[in-house]
Amino acid sequence: MIVLLAKRFGGMVLTMLTVSILLFLLFETNIESVATKVLGPYSSDEQRQIWLEKEGYFRPLYIRYFEWLGNVVTGDFGESVRFKVPVGDVMWDRLANTAILGAAAMAVIIPLSLLLGVLAGMREASKLDRTISVLSIATTSVPEFASAVLLSAIFVFWLGILPGTSSMTGGFNLVELILPALVLILYDFGYVTRMTRASMAEVMTTGYIRTAILKGLPYRTVILKHALRNALIAPFTVIMLQFNWLLSGVIVVEFFFAYKGFGALLLEAALNQDIYLVEACAMVAVFVAVATQTIGDVGYTYLNPRIRFN
Amino acid sequence: MSNGQSGAGKPLLECNDLCISYFTRAGEIPAVKDFSLQLYPGESVGIVGESGCGKSTVAMAIMNYMGANGGIVGGSIVFDGRDMASLSPEELRQLRGGDIAMVYQEPMAALNPSLTIGKQLMEVPMFHENISATEAAARAKQMLADVNLPDPDRVMAAYPHQISGGQQQRVVISMALLSHPKLLLLDEPTTALDVTVEAGIVELIGEISAKFGTSMLYISHNMGLIKDTCDRVCVMYSGEVVEEGPIDTVFNAMSHPYTRGLFGAIPLPSADKRSHPLVAIRGQLPLPHERPRGCNFGPRCDFFDAGRCDAGDIPIVDGAHAMQRVRCVRWQEIDWASHRPDVTVRPEEPAGEEVLAVDEMRKYYTVHDRSIKAMLSGHSVRHVKANESITFNARKQETVAIVGESGCGKSTFAKVLTGLETATDGKIDFDGVDISHVPVHNRTPKQLGSLQMVFQNPNDTLNPSHTIGAQIGRVIKKFGVETEPAKIQQRVMQLLDAVKLPRDFMWRRPRQLSGGQKQRVGIARAFAGNPSMVIADEPVSALDVSVQAAVTDLLMDLQRENKTTLLFISHDLSVVRYLADRIVVMYLGQIMERGTTEQVFAPPYHPYTEALLSAVPIADTSVTKKRILLEGNLPSVLNPPTGCPFETRCPRKVGRICEEERPPVIEISAEHRIACHIPLEELAKAEPVIQVGKAAE
Amino acid sequence: MTETTATAPRESGAMRALKGIGLLRESGVGMTGAGIILFWLIVAILAPVLAPFPPNATLVPMLAPGGEAPDGGIFLLGTDHIGRDILSRLIWGSRTVLFYGIVATACAYAVGIVMGLAAGYFGGIVDEVISFIANVILSFPVMVLYVIIISVFGASGINIVVAVTFASAPGIMRIVRGLVLDLRNRDYVAAAQTRGEGAWQIMMVEILPNARGPLIVDSCLRMGYVIITIGVLGFLGLGLPPPDPDWGGMINETRTMALIFPHMTVFPCIAISSLVLGFNLLADGLREVSLRD
Repeated sequence: MIVLLAKRFGGMVLTMLTVSILLFLLFETNIESVATKVLGPYSSDEQRQIWLEKEGYFRPLYIRYFEWLGNVVTGDFGESVRFKVPVGDVMWDRLANTAILGAAAMAVIIPLSLLLGVLAGMREASKLDRTISVLSIATTSVPEFASAVLLSAIFVFWLGILPGTSSMTGGFNLVELILPALVLILYDFGYVTRMTRASMAEVMTTGYIRTAILKGLPYRTVILKHALRNALIAPFTVIMLQFNWLLSGVIVVEFFFAYKGFGALLLEAALNQDIYLVEACAMVAVFVAVATQTIGDVGYTYLNPRIRFN
Repeated sequence: MSNGQSGAGKPLLECNDLCISYFTRAGEIPAVKDFSLQLYPGESVGIVGESGCGKSTVAMAIMNYMGANGGIVGGSIVFDGRDMASLSPEELRQLRGGDIAMVYQEPMAALNPSLTIGKQLMEVPMFHENISATEAAARAKQMLADVNLPDPDRVMAAYPHQISGGQQQRVVISMALLSHPKLLLLDEPTTALDVTVEAGIVELIGEISAKFGTSMLYISHNMGLIKDTCDRVCVMYSGEVVEEGPIDTVFNAMSHPYTRGLFGAIPLPSADKRSHPLVAIRGQLPLPHERPRGCNFGPRCDFFDAGRCDAGDIPIVDGAHAMQRVRCVRWQEIDWASHRPDVTVRPEEPAGEEVLAVDEMRKYYTVHDRSIKAMLSGHSVRHVKANESITFNARKQETVAIVGESGCGKSTFAKVLTGLETATDGKIDFDGVDISHVPVHNRTPKQLGSLQMVFQNPNDTLNPSHTIGAQIGRVIKKFGVETEPAKIQQRVMQLLDAVKLPRDFMWRRPRQLSGGQKQRVGIARAFAGNPSMVIADEPVSALDVSVQAAVTDLLMDLQRENKTTLLFISHDLSVVRYLADRIVVMYLGQIMERGTTEQVFAPPYHPYTEALLSAVPIADTSVTKKRILLEGNLPSVLNPPTGCPFETRCPRKVGRICEEERPPVIEISAEHRIACHIPLEELAKAEPVIQVGKAAE
Repeated sequence: MTETTATAPRESGAMRALKGIGLLRESGVGMTGAGIILFWLIVAILAPVLAPFPPNATLVPMLAPGGEAPDGGIFLLGTDHIGRDILSRLIWGSRTVLFYGIVATACAYAVGIVMGLAAGYFGGIVDEVISFIANVILSFPVMVLYVIIISVFGASGINIVVAVTFASAPGIMRIVRGLVLDLRNRDYVAAAQTRGEGAWQIMMVEILPNARGPLIVDSCLRMGYVIITIGVLGFLGLGLPPPDPDWGGMINETRTMALIFPHMTVFPCIAISSLVLGFNLLADGLREVSLRD
């Protein structure tokens, strides 16, 4: 078990290192372009050369990489070109806002999709199963920007009961959180539901469920004690993977609702060629994704006695 | 076996004209028709039949568990005086696992992988008798001891994957017995197990009725197992009981042509490939929705009488013997004494020159052990000795069988021979060239074509995406037998003729063929390159009994015509005895004994051979066997014993020497070798394990 | 395959495809999906005939649905902020989305299948390298990857195809690899090996055709997802350059007016959702049918 944890952790570090190399190569190989992006298109060639000299850009690529990596590990991502402040100052606040949004969405997605998935998978091909399946297919088919538009049209334009933007200029506002969270929930819960359903349906056809039924156990016990224990192993991993998906989703949602979050920041940085900010945001996004995935992997192993005791 | 008083008292279970159907998109498919059975307290009844005959459906119907699309469409099941159809869901739940319990085919699948065995066992008394957890645990532990599981405490705490297949099945049996059921349903309980493990389970099942007075319904495809465990037997064919009666009657005075045909197709000790060949039943099992009118066996029967046999439903009637019943309109007319099925008696042909010589061949796999313990002790790289010092030879036109249970290394040997793996050490001379280190991609087309394989699983041997003709044609082209398209097609048709399949099968895809037909195509493919040697890896073990004989026959005929050497890999000693000229017995990667078939089947034996012979169920009431049961499990190949591989289970272990030293190879005669520490004089004292013709015990 | 036998498989291959469609008829969900896709395919093909106005012509700005054009025609779905007919733009836009969706998915599949075959069949170091590359790419939240790629390399049709291939191929590779790991242990593969077939011959002829079932289902789901991706990129302003109609772009251009003129954004949203729904329903129907036998 300890070896396994160490291996997963090692894999995570290796992935992060590879990602850092890729990002560094992508953004900082061409130093002329770096100077242009930082100093702006109207800077003179001379200004750029002086800046590059001052910042040590004429040293070999690998030396610059290790220096950059050292800074990143200690939390120093450089200064944002757009905001004129250290990247960390703007990024961590935005990340906290996104965490609130993500937590709100997950707090609904997890119980809702596990419940629906189990109900659907419990009796495959029943009416309930078909209804839940079609419902989850339909909701995953509506892209986040489309549901944002449609929900806004309904709740903001026609009903007028919810605000159309969620910039939260006047401090934290729960009402402004509803629409962005709802969009994320609508798009994501269907996938988790279907994965849970598939896992549950598969478990229900196994020999050990037959054994449990033919052993004379009440149906409740068969489901709660025998089926769920096995059927919820796979969805656990799926849920951990959802953090990765959620980071994709927040870009669209935060952009649409003008929510001051991490996704909107990343998009803004990318569109404005704010390279240090993009690098930082990408590193953080990948870190969150890889970390949750590692937790998912380790959890899967822990929940599965066939792997745990081997 | 119990001494149930058949016919006395009230039956425990009665099935009256039971009809069971499945409802699919194609309509209603009758699975079981007109099934009647009386099972008396303490009695054991077997239901025997081939795949799709409906035997498992009967068991599931008794449990009232037929899935969403199955249902009883006629007749009734009465258990202990109560009509099962009238039970409320709660009464049904009480009955399941209470008065009626079940043992399943795949013990690993029947146990919940994420609950400890203790928890799964304790549930039974807790839900049926409302007893406390402590009491349930004590009961479970006692029951594990009763089914002869060593160290019940450890088993209670273990998860299913941590114990062996045989132990898992003992757990499932103990789970079934925990509620002291009146009726135990056993659905192929030993099919997934190795033969020496099977013998232990069969022994245990035999003890159950004596110990607990439980009635048993034993479902199996294996006549030999039914003989060893039951008092009476129902023979099913294609959804119907065709014959039933006491074991002795059905085995010795069978009246239905199907029963008779089945016994003619089983390789009993009395069969011999030259003088007493098996008689195959022609044709295929009908699919459930393609059953003929009248007698389902009609199209395959030698005594089919048009107008009578296909006139309408055929009732089951009393036979000549007590409690015997037969479903045949002609059973009284058939004169079995003068019936001579037309079989070709094959003259003996002497074996030719040596084709294959294996000399001290070794195949080790390197395994990286990544546990902390292994890393600390510096033993992180281990060798799995899949094959150790394999030495034997095979001559032209000879059949050499390699026999052993799972993990004995026979499949690895086949891989090395075909070049999918290369040997670690030693030599394999094939047609005069050492091929032990020549991987498949370095072999010449001629070498490839002259050493081909027939595979075990009919559903796996052909590529489902391509037609039969394309698959055989590819082989012909690849081996350079023919190059012109027209000639290739010609050759494909010749091969189809040779394996007795219609020529238009070349346009078909594998899913349109039955299992036996697929195996025939597999054989045609193996013979396409005019091989000098064919390796047949369990070629018939996945087929139904009635089809097995025909495929075995075909293989032997092709072998004779092409003067091919046949290397026959099998776990089934009955088949091996029937068709092999010489036998190599393997255990954990090593050869324990080798010799001619007569030598291996007669003393002196290697202790493992002796146990293996004793374990094989034989469907012949005139055969008596010496009882030798092996203790323990097969050791892991990762961690084999240092001395003799069989040392951990050997009933005749001499002492320390067996644990420490590899046994010497004793030369008994020119062909016969035994690797054992026991002196030859001791080994020679053994009595034959199988004795034919002696009166039953 | 030999030439003599080649004619027959081709014939029955077509027959089996027909049979597959026949089977799908029994799945209502699948038929609905197929119907929706067929509808949009026909719309895309017949766009020049069906569209009542030229898609980029600026006529009367900001008309509500049903508004009248100067020449007497009717803007069934209204016009956008610069006076282009929304219905015509939707009709022409279906061409863009279907074309790039199909091309991008096909490219991703070509790369993913080759990677997956190699990783699954050869195993060992080949597998470890390919799987590691896939893991690194998959560790990026997809949208982050798209935003970075497009913002660095610029928004164009070809870059969208490249980005989709780059981001989707690893997922396809994992599926193919899993299927190959199972299929390579089949006896017919061993039979091909023992007759000395080359590795790629075995992968393409013996293994790949038998993996097609799950891959067809997955490709439908992935088509849906690629369509969403193209839409999102358009919506974020990273999609195809204007003025040619693109559903995501249409929403982006008018979203600031969405609260005053919902029709400008709602109709493209419905269009894209329906097309994605079509592919998802078809995938579900195909899966249901393939599980039946």
